Amino acid sequence: MEHPHPSPARVYRHPLVVRATHWIMALSMLVLVMSGLQIFNAHPALYASDASTFGHPLLALPKAPWWLTLPAYQDLADGRRWHIFFAWVFGLCALLYARWAWQLVPNRADLSRILPSLKEHLTPWRLRAERRANPLQKSAYFAVVFSVAPLAIVSGLALSPAIDAWAPWLPALFGGRQFARAWHFAAMLGLLGFIAGHLAMIALTGPLNQLRSMITGWLDVGGAP
Amino acid sequence: MRRGGFLAFAAAGMLAGCGRLGDTLTESPLIHRILAAPERLDLALLGAGQPLAREYTARDLSPVFRRNGFDPPSDERYVHWSRSGWLGYRLFVRGLVERPQSFSLYELRNRFARRDQITRHDCVEGWSVIGKWSGPRLGDVLSVCRPTPRAKFVVFHCMDDDNQGTRYYESLDLRQAYHPQALLAYALNDQPVPVENGAPIRLKVPTQLGYKSAKYVQAIELVPSLGGAYGNGGYWEDQGYEWYAGV
Repeated sequence: MEHPHPSPARVYRHPLVVRATHWIMALSMLVLVMSGLQIFNAHPALYASDASTFGHPLLALPKAPWWLTLPAYQDLADGRRWHIFFAWVFGLCALLYARWAWQLVPNRADLSRILPSLKEHLTPWRLRAERRANPLQKSAYFAVVFSVAPLAIVSGLALSPAIDAWAPWLPALFGGRQFARAWHFAAMLGLLGFIAGHLAMIALTGPLNQLRSMITGWLDVGGAP
Repeated sequence: MRRGGFLAFAAAGMLAGCGRLGDTLTESPLIHRILAAPERLDLALLGAGQPLAREYTARDLSPVFRRNGFDPPSDERYVHWSRSGWLGYRLFVRGLVERPQSFSLYELRNRFARRDQITRHDCVEGWSVIGKWSGPRLGDVLSVCRPTPRAKFVVFHCMDDDNQGTRYYESLDLRQAYHPQALLAYALNDQPVPVENGAPIRLKVPTQLGYKSAKYVQAIELVPSLGGAYGNGGYWEDQGYEWYAGV
């Protein structure tokens, strides 16, 4: 073996605040995406402007199927109740998590190791759970936590007429209210892409070990594959 | 791949399960109360001041002000009014006011200062249109009628219905009613409000979603509280939508 594994060990990888916010935010995202699609179904078109340009949408889509929406039956009012409630849950959780999230900012060592890390990811089936997040992993979390998730939150706020009265610059930041709605949709797609990658990496690097570490905090590292 | 197909099937099944579980949860009165909690928080935070909705310029006007909601009233009286320049129509103000009275369109145009505002109308469905609305401030009209100290809410009785006999209605609290941009609009884009947009008088509340801006307003009633005959304070509120539609 070229790179002998360090001796197997069980390390305390995830502090309680991370574990708790992870599961609350995971549930919130599931509810937010499904209730968001319920809301989207009331007018499944996006516009690149402040007001809707009905004849010229940026994107007009078919309605999301019932099994992707919350509630499953079509009801905009209930979809909005779920969405706004869990937007609060997600937002407050994100604040709680934010203090810890600074650890995800890539440092110099990460940057210098990013190419080797990229190379290791070309053979993802050989990746193993490690003591610390690898540079590519850190960059992915960094991008989601510092750009996609804030984009989802801030573009969502820009959809509220009352918030827009308090902060007219907010929808303007996105190119208008309807454009903010399109950004909000794009952020949702970005989060789904991240979740898909995240689940794939968990599946590849020992799903039970990873799952347990996000419940108890303890992760087995350096053992045989 | 069979396994991939199975996994996709299982994932879809789980999601559908979530939606169905959501249905069950949504129908539970306790869960419903919990899910409704943010509305009070939103009102407390966002309703704490009277910021003005952004006002646009004529360049920003939408080519068509999209209509939504119920069909225009079709009763004989309304149709007659609409064909005779609204002669005979009067807007009533009643309830907890010292001077209950009614106003013709002529009086609404001439007794009160006209406010013009080009504002964005955000429909709860997700779309927006920009239109120019003109009319007296709701607050000016209320002041003339002198609400009593017991008056806390303003209920708008409308002439349109859902084709099953239930009339549209809406309500604001007194603070929202005195917002400088809360208008009793008689003109849209410098023309009398068209029938499909709520003629002859439409309430306009640009700091909240479109369903608060009640069309075809016939009477304004000041009341001490909502509930009872006034349900959740509006037709759509009675279908589960938020009374505070600022979010």
